[in-house]
Amino acid sequence: MSEEPTYTPFHPRWYRPRMSTWWWLKRASSRAFILREVSSIFVAWFVVFFLLLVAAVGRGEVAYQEFMAWAANPGIVLVNVVSLFFVVFHAVTWFNLAPQAMVVHMRGKRVPGKLIAASNYGLWVVTSLLVAWIILAGSR
Amino acid sequence: MAKRATLEPLLWLLFSAGGVVAALVIPVLLLLFGLVFPLGLSPPSHEHMLAVLGHPLSRVTIFVSCTLLLFHSAHRVRFTLYDGLQIKHLNELIVLVLYGAVLVGTVAAGYLVWQLP
Amino acid sequence: MDERITLQLARYRPEEEDEPTFEEYEVPFHKEWVVLDGLNYIKDQLDGTLSYRWSCRMGICGSCGMTVNGEPKLTCATFLTDYAPGPVRLEPMENFPVIRDLIVEMTDFMQKLTTIKPWIVRDEERPLAEGEYRQTPDELSEYKQYSMCINCMLCYAACPVYGLDPDFLGPAAIALAQRYNLDSRDEGSDERLDLLSLHEGIWACTFVGECTKVCPKDVDPAGAIQRYKLDAALASLKSLLLPWGGK
Repeated sequence: MSEEPTYTPFHPRWYRPRMSTWWWLKRASSRAFILREVSSIFVAWFVVFFLLLVAAVGRGEVAYQEFMAWAANPGIVLVNVVSLFFVVFHAVTWFNLAPQAMVVHMRGKRVPGKLIAASNYGLWVVTSLLVAWIILAGSR
Repeated sequence: MAKRATLEPLLWLLFSAGGVVAALVIPVLLLLFGLVFPLGLSPPSHEHMLAVLGHPLSRVTIFVSCTLLLFHSAHRVRFTLYDGLQIKHLNELIVLVLYGAVLVGTVAAGYLVWQLP
Repeated sequence: MDERITLQLARYRPEEEDEPTFEEYEVPFHKEWVVLDGLNYIKDQLDGTLSYRWSCRMGICGSCGMTVNGEPKLTCATFLTDYAPGPVRLEPMENFPVIRDLIVEMTDFMQKLTTIKPWIVRDEERPLAEGEYRQTPDELSEYKQYSMCINCMLCYAACPVYGLDPDFLGPAAIALAQRYNLDSRDEGSDERLDLLSLHEGIWACTFVGECTKVCPKDVDPAGAIQRYKLDAALASLKSLLLPWGGK
């Protein structure tokens, strides 16, 4: 076949715009998505913060007091306030998405999504109370 | 026929487990140790903290939880760098840095819970 | 009723220009009109050179997907009254190459769809004499939601991962794979797993959830993908820990 195919001159020139780096700013749902993903950075901060606490407790009474004093620094408090917001945002979005990700069958019937979400929230409350009780009980 | 991803599903399982741990325990712990104790309510005595954290069950729980939390964080940051900043071509560097940090964090957590008196 | 509403349409004529331009048209504003009615009015009365896809005009063929004021929509299912007083901005669906005006190139999706084997796969076909494969209503309800997909590709238009990485299999293809995986008559889960478990299969998805939001048939592709992630991950774990386990 030495001839040029005749359809080539009529092949459409597709327009393919490149996706902007700021694509996520355009829609409210995209912005919320990126915020949700960014919450993972504050999860990592919590690990650092908590391990510092563990280290301080391990070193002794003085180190523990020093840690508390350091944690009371306005800068650290600000970081922790922001972290708390993001971590709660993570928890809420996580539990709200759980019914979509998990289909549970009990006795042949599908468990309704709201019940799955509610159980997750319930577990959150129970766990939080349990942890708080362990830490607060027998102290002071 | 391309190979099935072998590591990715396992990383995703770790991410999911870490996500559950993060959602359940971080809020209360951050509230107490990040805000309530440093700012107002007198914190638990050092003795009590030592007893709580030093318990073998606590040590294991803290170590496992921190590991899962770090994997969760690394996984999400990795994908946010791919999709948010579009630097997927730096994949190898990203994986090295992020999972290197996870390794460091895991070792640190292990050491710290082990050396608690 | 003498009211009018303005439609701003993206026009792209590859033989004349390198980039799309916008042109404005005024169409009658009837309360029962959908955006597609406006487009048809423009084509019939105002500008016959306009190119766009449509067919059934009742939300079942999946042809008329477009970006309406920034959101992926079926133009036959989107009422002009929702955008009063206008203007209504119409662009081709995002994340696809634009061939002309409001028409996008769909071959990528069609090709991906065939790779996930959207049909009942049997290890051994039952002979006709043995009759049909029977299914209880409960077994039907397991996959019915995913069978509602009309291949309109609004989910691909909404998915940022697909926009960033056109190799991604995408929401509809994975949801349709699940439609067959969860069908009690199907025995092809393992075959589909090979494809779905690639890096550009389910593992590229970050559960943004936009696909489910824009789906006109409530297929919930995001849910399908997340459910499948767990199945695939556990299958991966099993094959790692028990490598001698048969297929």
